[in-house]
Amino acid sequence: MADKNEILAGLAEIVNEETGLEVEEVQSEKSFTEDLDIDSISMMTIVVNAEEKFDVKIPDEEVKNLTTVGDAVDFIANAQG
Amino acid sequence: MTRRLVITGLGATTPIGGDVKTLWTNALAGTPGAKTLEHDWVEKYELPVTFAAEVTIEPSEVLARPELRRMDRSTQLGMVAARQAWDDAGLSRPGDEGYDLDPERVAVSFATGIGGVWTLLDSWDTLRERGPRRVMPMTVPMLMPNGAAGAISLDLGAQGGARTAVSACASGVEALDVALEMLRKGDADVVLAGGTEAAIHPLPMAAFSSLQALSKRNDDPAAASRPYDRDRDGFVMGEGAGALVVETEEHAKARGATIYAELAGSAITSDAHHITAPDPEALGASRALRRALESAGAQLSEVTHINAHATSTPVGDKPEYAALKSVFGDHLENVCISATKSQTGHLLGAAGAVESVLTVKALHERRAPVTINLDHQDPEMPLDVVTGSPRELGDQQQVALCNSFGFGGHNAVAAFRTY
Repeated sequence: MADKNEILAGLAEIVNEETGLEVEEVQSEKSFTEDLDIDSISMMTIVVNAEEKFDVKIPDEEVKNLTTVGDAVDFIANAQG
Repeated sequence: MTRRLVITGLGATTPIGGDVKTLWTNALAGTPGAKTLEHDWVEKYELPVTFAAEVTIEPSEVLARPELRRMDRSTQLGMVAARQAWDDAGLSRPGDEGYDLDPERVAVSFATGIGGVWTLLDSWDTLRERGPRRVMPMTVPMLMPNGAAGAISLDLGAQGGARTAVSACASGVEALDVALEMLRKGDADVVLAGGTEAAIHPLPMAAFSSLQALSKRNDDPAAASRPYDRDRDGFVMGEGAGALVVETEEHAKARGATIYAELAGSAITSDAHHITAPDPEALGASRALRRALESAGAQLSEVTHINAHATSTPVGDKPEYAALKSVFGDHLENVCISATKSQTGHLLGAAGAVESVLTVKALHERRAPVTINLDHQDPEMPLDVVTGSPRELGDQQQVALCNSFGFGGHNAVAAFRTY
């Protein structure tokens, strides 16, 4: 279990590892594609790494709904219940 | 009219230097690149051969982390060499200030022998140990043999075609043949050509050992690669990449490029004799030599230097000698031979590319690099092998050849002329 700030920080580390973007750039309101320039291949890698890090399942059909970093944080927080 | 083709850029990352300057300095001095491997997998799998020639500069020291994650090691090495060659040629990329190339006239010809073997086998381990969800989405584009050519074409903005010659240890020179064909056909004005290999992995190491192809000189890796020596016992696995910018003379002159040498001709033949063993009569290799000279419009008497394939296997070196003797006859006495695998080890699909870089350097600097470990030259191969110190090649116009032969019966020869 992690609060949303911890999830955001963990997600930022995953994004940094995959793309080289600074962790400070990974903010809740940022869009993965529009703002962070993350393509579908990197997104899948980020999703799988997030599943492992936060011990949740993020179904493939759900990934397209994760427009912003905040969407992903919310989904992970809810999935952790 | 045949378009004249020139070499305007060189790049390399090898076991005796991570750039062309270091490679060349070490090749003139005679520098063994083979060392005992320090990886835990050597002991874990009880590999019969415990040494190889690894690159001196890790690609992780040169490339950015997100790039590394999307490239197999073979593509990483190829990218390093390709960028060096492109920068050396003074060429720019789309988006650079002052970019003035027509991207549709820029092409890539980048070869490999094996391709993304690390990615393939690591992904197989991931699937078995952690399940399909953990298999990277980039697995296929990373393992495919055209991965390096594709990635390099993206990097350079090359839209004129990105081709991959795959002919085992002949691949590197075949890449130049492909480049020559693209340029002579008029399909491009500039081609980034080269080859890469990163197969120092336990599986290829074990497989080449099973084939009895590798030297077993575990107690003295530096002395293991000894082409033409009486006591040679196999080749030494190497890794790395070489790259050459080949362009039309017209294009090079128009932009005021430095020209290292002319790519005068090339040829490819196949033995149709045996899948791994060379034809003892070397008919295919002889034909490749003759046709490369013909393609270059070169007389035998013009040839002063050959960078030989010479892998240091007991059976491989002799047929190459037979081919050289049958083509050159008495003139062979006047041709100095460098067997640079004695220093670099055998870079498989990158061998012909790195050795072409060395051949071009030899013509441009008028000095042939040395062959090391030739303590007792095999009397059955009375070649004039350059040992001890580099050989001065003289000021006259001259031609040098680079030979590469590969499993599958592939023979590839490139001919360069001083410019």
